[in-house]
Amino acid sequence: MLLPVRGLPAAPHRPLTHPHSSPAPPPSLLGARRRRPSRRLSKVVSYYGLTTPPYKTDALEPYMSRRAVELHWGKHQQEYVDGLNRQLAISPLYGHTLEDLIKEAYNNGNPLPEYNDAAEVWNHHFFWESMQPEGGGSPEAGVLQQIEKDFGSFFNFREEFMRSALSLLGSGWVWLVLKRSERKLEVVHTRNAINPLAFGDIPIISLDLWEHAYYLDYK
Amino acid sequence: VFLFLRQVSVPSHFRSFYSWAVPGRPPAQSARSGSIIYQPHRTSPRHLDPPFPFPKPSPHTPNTLSMALRTLAAKKTLGLALGGARPPAAARGVATFTLPDLPYDYGALEPAVSGEIMRLHHQKHHATYVANYNKALEQLDAAVSKGDASAVVHLQSAIKFNGGGHVNHSIFWKNLKPISEGGGEAPHGKLGWAIDEDFGSIEKLIKKMNAEGAALQGSGWVWLALDKEAKRLSVETTPNQDPLVTKGSNLHPLLGIDVWEHAYYLQYKNVRPDYLTNIWKVVNWKYAGEEYEKVLA
Repeated sequence: MLLPVRGLPAAPHRPLTHPHSSPAPPPSLLGARRRRPSRRLSKVVSYYGLTTPPYKTDALEPYMSRRAVELHWGKHQQEYVDGLNRQLAISPLYGHTLEDLIKEAYNNGNPLPEYNDAAEVWNHHFFWESMQPEGGGSPEAGVLQQIEKDFGSFFNFREEFMRSALSLLGSGWVWLVLKRSERKLEVVHTRNAINPLAFGDIPIISLDLWEHAYYLDYK
Repeated sequence: VFLFLRQVSVPSHFRSFYSWAVPGRPPAQSARSGSIIYQPHRTSPRHLDPPFPFPKPSPHTPNTLSMALRTLAAKKTLGLALGGARPPAAARGVATFTLPDLPYDYGALEPAVSGEIMRLHHQKHHATYVANYNKALEQLDAAVSKGDASAVVHLQSAIKFNGGGHVNHSIFWKNLKPISEGGGEAPHGKLGWAIDEDFGSIEKLIKKMNAEGAALQGSGWVWLALDKEAKRLSVETTPNQDPLVTKGSNLHPLLGIDVWEHAYYLQYKNVRPDYLTNIWKVVNWKYAGEEYEKVLA
């Protein structure tokens, strides 16, 4: 970044994506600095970062231990983020938001190699958001009304959710989705990294059923 | 005989569906037992129901839901009472499967695979597959005799999953051997030559299997397969618990490595490549060689 010459407004900086950087003048030790583009910032690449869960890592005790959250978020999700960034460095799929990237990479059922990492990053981010300390209980207002309309009662929905979770064979996720075309809530389970966004549906809450999500706590 | 149940107090909506079948000591050493045995498991206690209230189905629950719930709330896992009572399925001629014993102690594969993992893997995971497989077969028998085609088809995924889990894990226990008993020793004889011919060297084979195992997304297995017709070795992967034959009816498994997370998570956490590197130290090449010669004989 450039600092203003003393007494004068900041000089407009060169576009950061300029491919050539001119040699930097020797730093001045006294006062005014000249406009000097930073050599390091001459090329910018967008990348995806690791979002943080909206609570501390021990906030979900005793249902999910601190160690499990730290490992799940800090190692697994971080690995997916790093893998995604590595892949995108050499991929034509560049410059999308994460949701768009998921839809593009899903490729209507024939997922491209970037899909897995991208979807898992999003899935885990959504998973942390799906939970909260002092959460549980039952939903209120609009969600509750829609649940009662589509499942009969909150208890039925919970039972349906658990049944779906227990009938998933292998690794995957369970989702409460709002089906866009049918305009109703449904419980679906998906294998591995598949994500309802790819089908155009709107996830409401999710549950990670990969073994790493519960193995440390529940074996 | 003193037997006790391990209980973990967790909230009901997060209970694992795995059954509570954990006797207090590992099964005694014995010859590898076959898969179809009409006798109760030696060390099974009389199991209690899981202590938590399983959600009761609503009156409008379809048949499939109650079938699924019955499958999953497995009451009798290793669970035939020691009095020798036969399960009703056996009386009707449906084969029941039992959990095979490990040919070594749980801790014998340390430090490559920890004793805790081996114990849970065998006593919980494999046992659950066996129990659910037996249940699914019972239900299949009932559906077949009633001529209920849609129920028969509906049960296929449970049979493939649980049956495959039983088949795969039974092979897996034989694929491992403690270092003191020869685990990890390179193959000699015909298998060794075949590996050199088809892969170049055993190191290249290991590297290939590790690469495929690490790249496998989700859960599954990586296999060293022998094509009986083509008489060639190949490296295959199968998802979830699909047995190797789903990749080709001529394929016979010589070695399989479980890359489900439960196979390594407690020890290696998310670093699957480390698990794959280390498990070769306890691989039973002797069994693989014997299988190779048996199939090609």
